[in-house]
Amino acid sequence: MAEGAFAEAGADLELVGIHKRFPGFTAIEDLDLRIPAGSFFALLGPSGCGKTTTLRLVAGLEQPTSGRILIGGKDVTDVKSFKRPVNTVFQSYALFPHMTVLENVAFGLRRRGIPDPLGKAHEALRLVELDHLSARRPAQLSGGQQQRVALARAVVNRPALLLLDEPLGALDLKLRRQMQLELKSIQTDVGLTFLHVTHDPEEALTMADTVAVMNKGKIEQMGAPEELYELPKTAFVANFLGQSNLFTGPVVSSKGDSIIVDIAGVKVEVPSARAQRHTDEVTIGVRPEKLMLHTEAPRKAAGVNVLGPGRVTDVSFSGVSTQYQIAIPGLGLVTVFAQNMVFGPVVNVGAEAWVAWTVDHGFGLADEPEHAPKFAADTDTATIALQTRHELLAEIEEA
Amino acid sequence: MKFSLGKWLLPLYSALALIFLLVPIAYTFVFSFNNSPKGKSNVQWAGFTFDKWLNVCDAQGVCEAFVTSIVVGVIATLIATALGTLMALALARYRFRARSAISLLLFLPMATPEVVLGAGLAAQFLTAGVPKGMVTIIIAHALFCLSFVVVTVKARVASLDPALEEAGRDLYGSPAQVFWKITFPLLLPGIIAAALLSFALSFDDFIITRFNNGGVTTFPIYVYTAAARGVPAEANVIASAVFLFALILVVVSQLSSAARRKRLAKLS
Repeated sequence: MAEGAFAEAGADLELVGIHKRFPGFTAIEDLDLRIPAGSFFALLGPSGCGKTTTLRLVAGLEQPTSGRILIGGKDVTDVKSFKRPVNTVFQSYALFPHMTVLENVAFGLRRRGIPDPLGKAHEALRLVELDHLSARRPAQLSGGQQQRVALARAVVNRPALLLLDEPLGALDLKLRRQMQLELKSIQTDVGLTFLHVTHDPEEALTMADTVAVMNKGKIEQMGAPEELYELPKTAFVANFLGQSNLFTGPVVSSKGDSIIVDIAGVKVEVPSARAQRHTDEVTIGVRPEKLMLHTEAPRKAAGVNVLGPGRVTDVSFSGVSTQYQIAIPGLGLVTVFAQNMVFGPVVNVGAEAWVAWTVDHGFGLADEPEHAPKFAADTDTATIALQTRHELLAEIEEA
Repeated sequence: MKFSLGKWLLPLYSALALIFLLVPIAYTFVFSFNNSPKGKSNVQWAGFTFDKWLNVCDAQGVCEAFVTSIVVGVIATLIATALGTLMALALARYRFRARSAISLLLFLPMATPEVVLGAGLAAQFLTAGVPKGMVTIIIAHALFCLSFVVVTVKARVASLDPALEEAGRDLYGSPAQVFWKITFPLLLPGIIAAALLSFALSFDDFIITRFNNGGVTTFPIYVYTAAARGVPAEANVIASAVFLFALILVVVSQLSSAARRKRLAKLS
């Protein structure tokens, strides 16, 4: 590939006070977002959280109810989609079935009257290693190949901003991991700004520089992947990105840089800097892989929190690690992921066990404990039924 | 020895049904070669000849009626297909007031008995003071073809992924470019099917035409009128030719799609 063919830099994207209401429900509520040029940004959230709507607003396929959209500092809120410097990789790929792969990729170039559209299309196809299939129709390609053509068709236009709408959703796990790495390397090569929408936390964490977790039309938390994972600020983020053990109790005192929380009679220490709230009832948490499992009561030590004893209720082996469930009276179930350093489980079901963790690994959430939402995947039947109902109501209203 | 009745009954019944269906067509075809005397009815076999095929237009008015039918069919089809495609797009793509009412109303011409439709139209033309002739026939045909076009094209629009048009817009296609480069080519098979159907319907319509033709004679009207004093063999020739033409069309399209399937299978 010729050096500098895609040299044009990406542009900043700015969303200011975006609201989007559909008949019957609000998809996006007061969204403010700034994505710096050249970054790989992921919008992560369960289906129905408004992430795809956000993407469609940026692409110009939907109009916001209120708010402004700026690309590279220019207000494009009222600019039609075909005049925006933005390209999308659709979830269904949306390749034109009546054109060859080459014509699909050249489509955008031809519309803008760019010289040598076919040469540039071949170049983009070489980037995704599919140039040898340029004469085929999309229907004659595999899912992964179609995905790459869709990517080439968008990238070839050198958009200021590339939008990816769950483009890996239709692929099987192995291919998905492979495509994740490929996407990431292409982004690094071409230096465009990527806005990637996904419901797969692992995908967002591995690919993006910055991840925004969205829930119910709002951004819950935004930051670098490590930061989001190690220091979640809400119960939703703590449970949507991996798993967390959450405990609720009143703050009884603070010493130095830490707060002490009373969890069912046990004093638990959390660093003040890692806690969002320092008074009254708070919810604190710790990741299951940060917990250490003990079969005897560990000695009291500074800088370590200990809960227990409890009974092991479940042991499940998952290759790299073993997952233990421990029922601790007054606290409920605590989950522990332990690396498999020895053959066989460290403890068996029914055994007595304690869990301990370094104080620095704990975190305190911002949720008001009484409203602390128990995370529920919105793929459950009740939510699906509710969404269907919203759609039906919307349709009835229109008719 | 076991004699299975079921084993023989189905093939026998099928053969009888096919013969029943094909006899009138075969009769028409065979009697197009009948050397019947000029002006006499074409009922008794009077020897084999190619004369009628070679001199089709000899019989009074046959060719004129045929040409009239073709002209009416082509114009009515063009009108019905153009309007029907636009209506199908509107009905399948957009939500607006009275959308379902319009869908229902479009279905009515298909459900109404042709006699009623023909008589109703004739009465309206009379009231409006429109003289009957070519124009009224074309209006009537476009009217009843329209419903069939809308239904056929609407099914095609419904099966079209809206994301394809969105992708077109996303890739800098103006609304007109998106329509002509993406929507139209993808709808084309449905539009062609609708046009063929509408031409076929127009070509063999008798009842509605009869109410609105004034003095103009289409091919079905000609055959009907001629039947009173004996249909000339030339009419058989035209009917057979139309039948053969349709048959060839079907065979060619089947062969070409089989060839395409084979090519696709080889590629992947």
